[in-house]
Order: sequence, then C-alpha cells, then structure tokens
Amino acid sequence: MGKTIVEKIFQRHSKEEVKPGNIIWLDLDVRTARDFGGANVVKHLKKNYSGNYLENAEKTYFTFDLSVPAKTIKYAINQQICRKFSKETGMNLFDVDEGIGTHVLMEKGIVMPGSTAVGTDSHYNILGAIGAFGQGMGDTDIAFAFKTGKTWFEVPETMKINVTGGYKWPASPRDLTLAVMKKLGSSGMLGMAAEYYGYAIEKLSIDGRITLASQTTEMGGIIAFISPNKEVLDFIGKRTGRSVKGVYADRDASYVKEVDVDVENLEPMVASPPKPTNVCPVSDIEGMEIDSVFIGSCTNGKYEDMLAAAKILKGRKVKKGINLRITPATKEVWAMVIKEGLVDIFIDAGAVVFTNPGCGGCAEGMPGLVGESEIELSTTNRNYKGKQGPGEIYLVSPATAAASAVKGCLTSPDSLEVKN
Amino acid sequence: MKPAVIKGRIWLITDENGKRLDDIDTDMIFHNRYLHITEVSEMGKHALGNLEGWKDFPDKAKEGDIIIAGKNFGAGSSRQQAVDCFISLGIRAIVAESFGAIYKRNAINSGLAVLECPGIFEKELKSRDVIEIDLETGSIKKDKIEVAKTKPMSDVQMEIYRAGNLFEYGKLMGRQ
Repeated sequence: MGKTIVEKIFQRHSKEEVKPGNIIWLDLDVRTARDFGGANVVKHLKKNYSGNYLENAEKTYFTFDLSVPAKTIKYAINQQICRKFSKETGMNLFDVDEGIGTHVLMEKGIVMPGSTAVGTDSHYNILGAIGAFGQGMGDTDIAFAFKTGKTWFEVPETMKINVTGGYKWPASPRDLTLAVMKKLGSSGMLGMAAEYYGYAIEKLSIDGRITLASQTTEMGGIIAFISPNKEVLDFIGKRTGRSVKGVYADRDASYVKEVDVDVENLEPMVASPPKPTNVCPVSDIEGMEIDSVFIGSCTNGKYEDMLAAAKILKGRKVKKGINLRITPATKEVWAMVIKEGLVDIFIDAGAVVFTNPGCGGCAEGMPGLVGESEIELSTTNRNYKGKQGPGEIYLVSPATAAASAVKGCLTSPDSLEVKN
Repeated sequence: MKPAVIKGRIWLITDENGKRLDDIDTDMIFHNRYLHITEVSEMGKHALGNLEGWKDFPDKAKEGDIIIAGKNFGAGSSRQQAVDCFISLGIRAIVAESFGAIYKRNAINSGLAVLECPGIFEKELKSRDVIEIDLETGSIKKDKIEVAKTKPMSDVQMEIYRAGNLFEYGKLMGRQ
C-alpha cells in the first residue's frame, strides 16, 4: 500500500510504524514560539528543568508577530522574557520588525518541503503551502518540543480534495479558498490531513497557496498539503541555497474520502459572521453598507494581495467615512510594497493606514479592531464573535475589500474598472 | 498517579433551548482580552466567559465536575488557557462529540482527561446528573448502568494523563 504525503513525511521523521491511528514520536526539524505563548514556554522550561533547556538551539526560534512593536506593557514584558532567554541559551530570535512567524520561516528558507515544524500558532499548518508539515500547539507542548526536539502525534487519515475547473478575474485564490470552506464546513477536515489537487491548484502562486493553506484550521484540519510545483521548489531552493525536492503521495496511497469542489465560473465570495465557513457569493449580499476595511494577516498579507488592492485603488479614493487599514505580512513584503510604489497608491487613495508588518488585529495585538456593531470587511482568517473586537467581521478577498472601500458598501471588484 | 475512573457531576453545554452547541471556539472558552494572564489559578473565573448563556459557569462549577460538549469543541486557536481555565476550576474531564485537534492535545498534555464520544448528546443525560467514566475502557455509566461506550484514551495519552502532564511523563520515560 502506498503512502500519503503526511505518512511519508512522518516516516522520515519517526522510527515507529506510521499508519493512520498509530501514535508515534515525531522528530521536529523546527520548533518555535512567538510573543504570545513564548513567555509561558520559558516559564514551563524554568519550572520543570534545571538548565539545558534546548535539545538544539539552532533549530529553535522565537518569532514575534502579534503585538509588534509591543503595544501593551504586558506584551513588552513577555517579549523581553523571550529576548533574555534567547541570549541565555543561544536560540534564534526574529524580533518585532520581521513579521508573521510562519511566513518568515518560508521566506528565509528555514522550512522546506518535507520539513516538520511546530509553533504556538494555530495557523502553523500554513506551511502545507510549500509541502511541509506544520502544527500549532499549546505552550506545554512547545516547551516539551524545545527540550526534547520531539513530540507525540496521532497519525491522521488523509482526505483528497479535487478542485475542478478554472476561474478567472474577479475571482482570486481567496475566493477559491472560501469555496472550499463552503463545501467542507467547520468540521469537514476535522482531525484529518488533506491533499489538494487540480488544475486551479497547480496554477496557484506561492502567495495563493499560502492563502488556501492558511484556512485549514477553520475546517478542523490538522494539515493540508499543496504539492510543490517548479515555482515553489525554485523559490525555496533560492532561499535555502540548495536544491530541494518535494514530497509527493504514492499513486496507490489510501484516502479516507474524496471531495470535489468546482471552481469553474467562480464568483467573489464572502464569509458572514460568526463562522469563516458561513460562505455565500458576494452578489447575494452586495450593497451591504460597511464601516471599515482591513487587508492583511497570514491569509492575505502577501505582495500579491497588496498588488490586487493597489490595482483597484490606483487613481481612486476610499469613500469618505470608511477607513482602510493595510498590514503586510512580513518586512520583505513591506519593503516591496514601498519599493514598487504601491504605498504611494495607498496614500493617494486617502483614509488608508499602512502599518508595520505582523498579524493585524487577530489577537488584539495590532491595528484592525472593530467597535460595537461596526461592520468590517476583512481579509483575515476568522470572524468568530469578538475575535477582532465586538463588531461584525465579513471575510473577503483583497480585491473585494479594496473595491468595497471605494464604494462604501460590499461590492464585487468587477464593478470597478481595473487599471494595470 | 491519577485515577482511570472519574466520577462527577456533569454540565451539558447547550443553548437556552437545550440544543447542543457545536464548534465552540477557544475565544468563547477563554477570550482574547484575558490572554495576558499567565497564572492558572486566575484563569478559572473567565471560563466560558464569551459563550452566550454560560457566563456564570465559573460560579456554578464545582471541583470534580465533568463537561459534556458538542462537536469540534475547542476549535480555533492554540491557546493553552482555554484548557487551563477548566483545570483552574477543578474540572476533571471533558467528554465531547469531537474536539478541535489542538485543543485535544493541549488537554491531554495538561493532564485533563478527554474522551471523544459521538452520540453522547443522544443519551438520557441532563446537567447535574452524576456519571462515571472509565478512560481505559471508554465506558460511561450513570447509576452503574452503561449509557455509552466509546474509544478509550490511547496508551501514550493515558500514560501522560496518569503521570500528571507531559513534562512529568517525559521525565518518567527518560525521554529527556
């Protein structure tokens, strides 16, 4: 019997027999904590052990991305605890200037296809975008991973998602992602690994793959892999400085189920509160009045997302009374947006706040919060009640977000002419 | 070593009409705004504080109680506080139709017993009933009569639970 991607990656990182349902000990290539959870990881290590806290300092990282720079004293103190621990142990640290941890790991070639990585971020499975295994965990788990370089894991079953057909503007990778979420619902991937296949998937850029992978947790999934194509392998190869190979499923691999999602003629989609899987076409509620707009986060904070917004905003103004906040995912994206002149477009559009790279409002650490009964269109990954303030969050693509900011109400991007 | 058989009073997490609540996420269990709290003893008073109808749970819960929850309980973030707030209140176990994957790990690693029992809400159970759950056999009894049987905790999960938490287990096994 052949193996699925998760089974192959696990087998390379475990001495035990890898088959679904078995609990194995998994060797971890990368382990991280961030400014949320990091201080607790240090606390657990100091409480439970007397020195020699890290199995391998070189493979261990802090990545600060939630409150960057720290906006409260508590965050500042927690970050300082991590900085001090990093100096004491020699482990790596990416400070408040770098951006979202999982993105930084990909940009800097620290994870590659086939890697195993864990961190205190429930969206760690975003690493499936490049065919790596990533898993978010609590601070107890991560402290144990720092100390031992291992974790226990129940081998998940794998499901196959066949994305059929092709889509074109004004639909985007985020709309494809929302279409998958509509089909699977909040527990359609519960406890499972997934693999995506199909023409539209192969065509996805790295940024688009990140968008799709970033919503795995919202469907209950452990990890969802997008097999790397040449573009992904070339990118990672360049970043790691060596040639890399992807991990691909065997032809006779066994899947627990298969689901088809058709994206032919895909329309722009929107997820209404309180669930990210509460999805309908934008056209169903087009015209809904809005108060504010946010573009950014681990789901849509890449250069491609910034460019999609800039193409809409070029030569236009954000409607009076609406504020638009834009937060790039990483310093690299931030620099490109400035260098390529996109930030000039944003400023000319008025009412735009362009911030330091990071997570945005997802854990109340950065700009991107909404007031009571305020309606916000957002490209973040969750619209749970109270997640980004007491208001109502609707999840959309960057193009839909930007077009709606111009019109002052929810609208499809093709209601505006796009200038390249 | 912790016991494999747990007896306690139950709370069925339902809406005001007694309907099962699914997809309860970690923000409903322990909201963002309290994430700065690092002392477990301080976390209990915020348990279920963002779930409509359950804001008084910390006042109602007693040491030794058991939570019965719906599907995908603990969806969402990796925050340990969403588990630790129940430990803080003395909750002994959670039986759910299913769990969010990270939540289940966090509970096991912190020594909070968890059982996945699809169909538990279809049984003749109501809040404040007393039940007995056997983590090794997956048997759930009320008044000594078995009302449900499910997949028990695995060997490793049971060993971590018995040891108290993941750190103690690691020390016992000489894995670190």
